[in-house]
Amino acid sequence: MSVREKFDVELKTAQEELIVLSTMAVNALSKSMEALVTQDVDAALEVIEDDKDINQMEEFINDRVILLIAKQSPVATDLRRLIVTIKVASDMERVGDYAVNIAKETIRIGKQELLPQIGHIQQMQKLAVAMLRQVIDAFVEEDIVKAKEIAELDDQVDELYGDVIRRLMREGGENPEKLSQITQLAFISRYMERSADHATNIAEQLFYLVRGQHYDLNK
Amino acid sequence: MTESAKKAVYETKQLNLWYGSNHALKNIDLEIMENEVTAIIGPSGCGKSTYIKTLNRMVELVPSVKTSGEILYRGRNIFNHDYGVEELRTRVGMVFQKPNPFPKSIYDNIAYGPRIHGIKNKKILDEIVEKSLRGAAIWDEVKDRLNENAYSISGGQQQRICIARALAIEPDVILMDEPTSALDPISTLKVEELVQELKKDYSIIIVTHNMQQAARISDKTAFFLNGEVVEYDHTDTIFSNPSDKRTEDYISGRFG
Repeated sequence: MSVREKFDVELKTAQEELIVLSTMAVNALSKSMEALVTQDVDAALEVIEDDKDINQMEEFINDRVILLIAKQSPVATDLRRLIVTIKVASDMERVGDYAVNIAKETIRIGKQELLPQIGHIQQMQKLAVAMLRQVIDAFVEEDIVKAKEIAELDDQVDELYGDVIRRLMREGGENPEKLSQITQLAFISRYMERSADHATNIAEQLFYLVRGQHYDLNK
Repeated sequence: MTESAKKAVYETKQLNLWYGSNHALKNIDLEIMENEVTAIIGPSGCGKSTYIKTLNRMVELVPSVKTSGEILYRGRNIFNHDYGVEELRTRVGMVFQKPNPFPKSIYDNIAYGPRIHGIKNKKILDEIVEKSLRGAAIWDEVKDRLNENAYSISGGQQQRICIARALAIEPDVILMDEPTSALDPISTLKVEELVQELKKDYSIIIVTHNMQQAARISDKTAFFLNGEVVEYDHTDTIFSNPSDKRTEDYISGRFG
């Protein structure tokens, strides 16, 4: 038995809370996109309301980790694990915020007919959500090979993003009266692109945790 | 000072030491650099105190000690027959776990070493006492009570008197064997600050059980286990990303 059983128990709790937070954030991102596509304002309102829980969970994790650092003076891998936990929690909390932003755009769009480019944004969303879900798994398994594969998917998201923006600009030229929705969809695609970047950040954090060195996977 | 410009003060080569049949140090290879603080950490009985007591040959006071290998101090093997132990100890001062001032006045504690070395002139002795006490960051606290018994001051102050006493003979190296383990936190921080100051002029080797202390004050850290050096590296590396699992387990409190 480890002589630092209490520390190990607390650390494990913080990591379990991180998994809960991550799952909540990725579900929110999924749900916000579904609300947009189905033009479900009630579901969008739920995403906004549920974000309070995500924020609170991040605060819980931060408090727990800070207390652990203060009381246990962790070093080396223990310390990295705690710092990485805080950073990943922050990444995931931000993903939750993007879900809220998308939900707000959904409410603004209301019952207007959706532009066809939404299909391409959905493709981005599927990829971003898949990256985030897989990176959580990689994190739990501390699997850096998987993490690297996930980070490589980011290029596809970036390509899709460029494609969506080009299509929206073309639409703006053809239908200037749709400019308001075009702008909203451009923002939404940006939130998706950023969400995928956070998945890459988390993959980099996992490398740092396992190897103790910084890697830039976003090249 | 750049890394390459620094010289080794001690080079330990394949050092083995036995207390009777107990093999206490095994094939130690360590290079200790000048003007650095080198921390030696490890669980009780790992050989860390034995090692620094070997550096000034104090370990020879223990009967039945046998050694093999070499310790070069400034390039000369201290185990050579013609190497005078007095000469070595003039260059290498030591501070112990518990403050151990002589039962004399503060002044006489500091002047003790210089007097033994033949300095009689009161004015020179006064200068040495003041300089040493200033060097140990305790002059302001004791300058008006130099004639009081060294036992009349606090433990933390006594320890700095002992450091001043070591400085009075103008050593090259200061060995510290858990110098703060009997001190309160504030006195500990004062001694730690002092160590940082002293490394500008001296090379310091410190044995400590307090791993955060090693992390705070040392440039390099050697981790001893069962008489062997498991890992020796920059302190930043040892405490952030050690390469040996045993080092990681020890510094993160999983055994020891």
